[in-house]
Amino acid sequence: MGYTAKFRVWRGDPEGGALQDFSVEVNEGEVVLDIIHRIQATQAPDLAVRWNCKAGKCGSCSAEVNGKPRLMCMTRMSTFTEDEVIDVTPMRTFPVIRDLVTDVSYNYEKARLVPSFAPPADLEPGDYRMAQVDVERSQEFRKCIECFLCNNTCHAVRDHEDNKSTFSGPRFLMRITELDMHPLDTVDRREVAVEDHGLGYCNITKCCTEVCPEHIHITDNALIPLKERVADRKYDPLFSIASLFRKEKVGERGRDKAPATPGAKVEPKHGE
Amino acid sequence: MTDYERHSFDVVVIGAGGAGLRAAIEARLMGKRVAIVCKSLFGKAHTVMAEGGIAAAMGNVNSNDNWQVHFRDTMRGGKFLNSWRMAELHAKEAPQRVWELETYGALFDRTPEGKISQRNFGGHEYPRLAHVGDRSGLELIRTLQQKIVSLQQEDFRATGDYESNIKVFAEVTITRLLTAPGLTEAGRIAGAFGYYRETGDFVAFEAPAVVLATGGIGKTFKVTSGSWEYTGDGHALAMRAGATTLNMEFIQFHPTGMVWPPSVKGILVTESVRGDGGILTNSEGKRFMFDYIPDVFKDKYATTPEEGDRWYTDPDNNLRPPELLPRDEVARAINSEVKAGRGTPHGGVFLDVSSRLPADVIRKKLPSMWHQFKELADVDITKEPMEVGPTCHYVMGGVEVDPDTEETRLPGLFAAGEVSGGMHGSNRLGGNSLSDLLVFGRRAGLGAAEYVDRTGDARPAVTDEMLADAEVEALAPFHIEGGENPYTIHADLQETMNDLVGIIRTESEMVEALQRLEGFKTRVSNAGVSGGRTFNPGWHLALDLKNMLLVAESVAKAALERTESRGGHTREDFPGMNADWRQINIVCKAVPGGVEIHQQPLAPMREDLLELFDVHELEKYMTEAELPKGEH
Repeated sequence: MGYTAKFRVWRGDPEGGALQDFSVEVNEGEVVLDIIHRIQATQAPDLAVRWNCKAGKCGSCSAEVNGKPRLMCMTRMSTFTEDEVIDVTPMRTFPVIRDLVTDVSYNYEKARLVPSFAPPADLEPGDYRMAQVDVERSQEFRKCIECFLCNNTCHAVRDHEDNKSTFSGPRFLMRITELDMHPLDTVDRREVAVEDHGLGYCNITKCCTEVCPEHIHITDNALIPLKERVADRKYDPLFSIASLFRKEKVGERGRDKAPATPGAKVEPKHGE
Repeated sequence: MTDYERHSFDVVVIGAGGAGLRAAIEARLMGKRVAIVCKSLFGKAHTVMAEGGIAAAMGNVNSNDNWQVHFRDTMRGGKFLNSWRMAELHAKEAPQRVWELETYGALFDRTPEGKISQRNFGGHEYPRLAHVGDRSGLELIRTLQQKIVSLQQEDFRATGDYESNIKVFAEVTITRLLTAPGLTEAGRIAGAFGYYRETGDFVAFEAPAVVLATGGIGKTFKVTSGSWEYTGDGHALAMRAGATTLNMEFIQFHPTGMVWPPSVKGILVTESVRGDGGILTNSEGKRFMFDYIPDVFKDKYATTPEEGDRWYTDPDNNLRPPELLPRDEVARAINSEVKAGRGTPHGGVFLDVSSRLPADVIRKKLPSMWHQFKELADVDITKEPMEVGPTCHYVMGGVEVDPDTEETRLPGLFAAGEVSGGMHGSNRLGGNSLSDLLVFGRRAGLGAAEYVDRTGDARPAVTDEMLADAEVEALAPFHIEGGENPYTIHADLQETMNDLVGIIRTESEMVEALQRLEGFKTRVSNAGVSGGRTFNPGWHLALDLKNMLLVAESVAKAALERTESRGGHTREDFPGMNADWRQINIVCKAVPGGVEIHQQPLAPMREDLLELFDVHELEKYMTEAELPKGEH
């Protein structure tokens, strides 16, 4: 049942490195991370790799397997032929620390620039009322496990290092949409999305959506609606589809919106 | 001594899961400067793996629920060995802690009225778990992480520095707590010492208060739902610094872990599968849990599948199905079925939801289970049953704390979450962990802040000698010529604990385990490392092994001492529960060369809490002398 696979694992540090060959046992049902662990336990105890849950829930073991950005714990060996040479390399967009481990601090810095959730000041804990249908859109984005594969893949930073200072990547543009769609949030982040997070760099090629291990529709459900919301649609022929936003910020466009579900309470927006 | 970073904080929180982050938030809200030290990246802690939800008696789905009912369920689940004061605080404060998460931005699933929805779970009388599908832990940790960020933004507006009051030290492992002489013999906390995993550089923290929130010990066992982080660091750090642990013999084997393929063996299958209608069957197709309802729960569970099924739609007039018994009962039942030769091809039992709910409902309620089985096992849970078996999931035991402040026996050292002990007694109910993290994380943060206030300017000093000593210890594995591979030692240790101190225990096996652990002491001190200090997992494991070994010895010694079966401690040679043992905690202390244990009486339960129970129920657990006077 088992066989011996040929692996080439990138090993090195910021000074440089190279692919190193390993012949390693593979058993039924295993994933790439199992094989990396076997290399670590039997051939290279100091092979650096991040991992935690081994079940696609924590987003730690991001890497590139045969050039494709993947979670190693969710990449089954059965998707390769037995004679296939499997290359495992670190995420390319972030600086290497050692072997498969990269410096992902860019993402944490960008996270800090997104204005946080701000509920109405007079809404007491326990009094929050929201309809399921209204929370579901943001819930899709909160499935994000912060593996940063989308930010690793987006060519706006992958191929343009200098854009990192002005562009936050799909992960944090999606976070802005998530907050904007929160039924009880009171902040307008449209200007911030453009000025601080570089929304304009995104040209909706959907690369982020393709690599998302949580299958979040990043482009269709987060990025395009955010662009729509920011742009004055009358002057932007790119976006002609109907707005996906159900939430309207009261006062922003001069009209109130009825609760989506009878009995659900819509709080007035403050601070606008 | 080499040159390295030294930091000074009011409070150092070790661990960045739910308890650590909630403690950090509270200490910061109390005006303290806080360091959060975590072994992984920020936001990756084990809390993320929690699936089912947060237990809190909000009464949103069944208005009969209240803190008294939750308290009763928790005590029953723990077989009355719980610290009743912790169970009381937990039941009373959990709703506020959940509502507070909404103010931080959490988005729970909703009821038709727009309130937080609550789901059924094992051992909980009413639907009680606030949840987001089956990824509730992710919602909890992300919400707390984002609250920390929002506090950092506030600090930035005030000081121009995001990290002026909360600084996160990601991928840093603490190897030692630093202590100074204090008013008592135990001394007091002075700080902590550790290394950056990325660089191998050392870092020292000076702080009068440290909060341990390091989680559990799963990696001491072979089949576990825990990640590499679960090496019992906090338990071991506390014991070595002079604090104590208790209830270490109580380990929760979650009844439903994946059993196939081998590479995912042990990964958790959420209890929500059963809460939402899933049933357990053996290879003969029999719904076997009806044969395993223990006496203490006889009048609380359905005795026929028909009644059990009716309960899902009419809970007021029917009893719940026994698939929803507390986890220890279900795990033992599965173990017995497999042992009797009625297991599945891969040595588990069947857990089926496909014949119970429509496919689209399954995908909606259990999205990550659907995803996990589809992608890792080629099983479509909407069409076929899962194969499941027990997996080491949680340690009820932990660092002994004051129930109100979470201070340990070592002044200045606090503990919250899985690393602390007492709250769950001999067995934890599902959903009571996330609420535990929030309730006692907050209390630990508060306790630490108040301790710092009492300390004032008289802060204990971290001396060069303390640091030099800690440095020698951390670097020792590099100086072993021809040392043993730490991965091999770890695999053998896990095998020993799984086989000899696992779900079913007996004296001869535990005696053998303790003999083998003596041998591991030599092997662990002889663990060698190749390569350098930059992100070297072999070195990290060599250091973690010491913690796992101290924990393993604590578990084995306490388990051998307790000659009864209760909750997460099952003795083949002492199968019954014994009311005299209910009054005893086994306390572990580190001494030169190993672990010393002693018995310590539990405080008697307060009269008004005792009155919440029917005396006939108490008779099943307590000695005659403990029962309320004159009512029986």
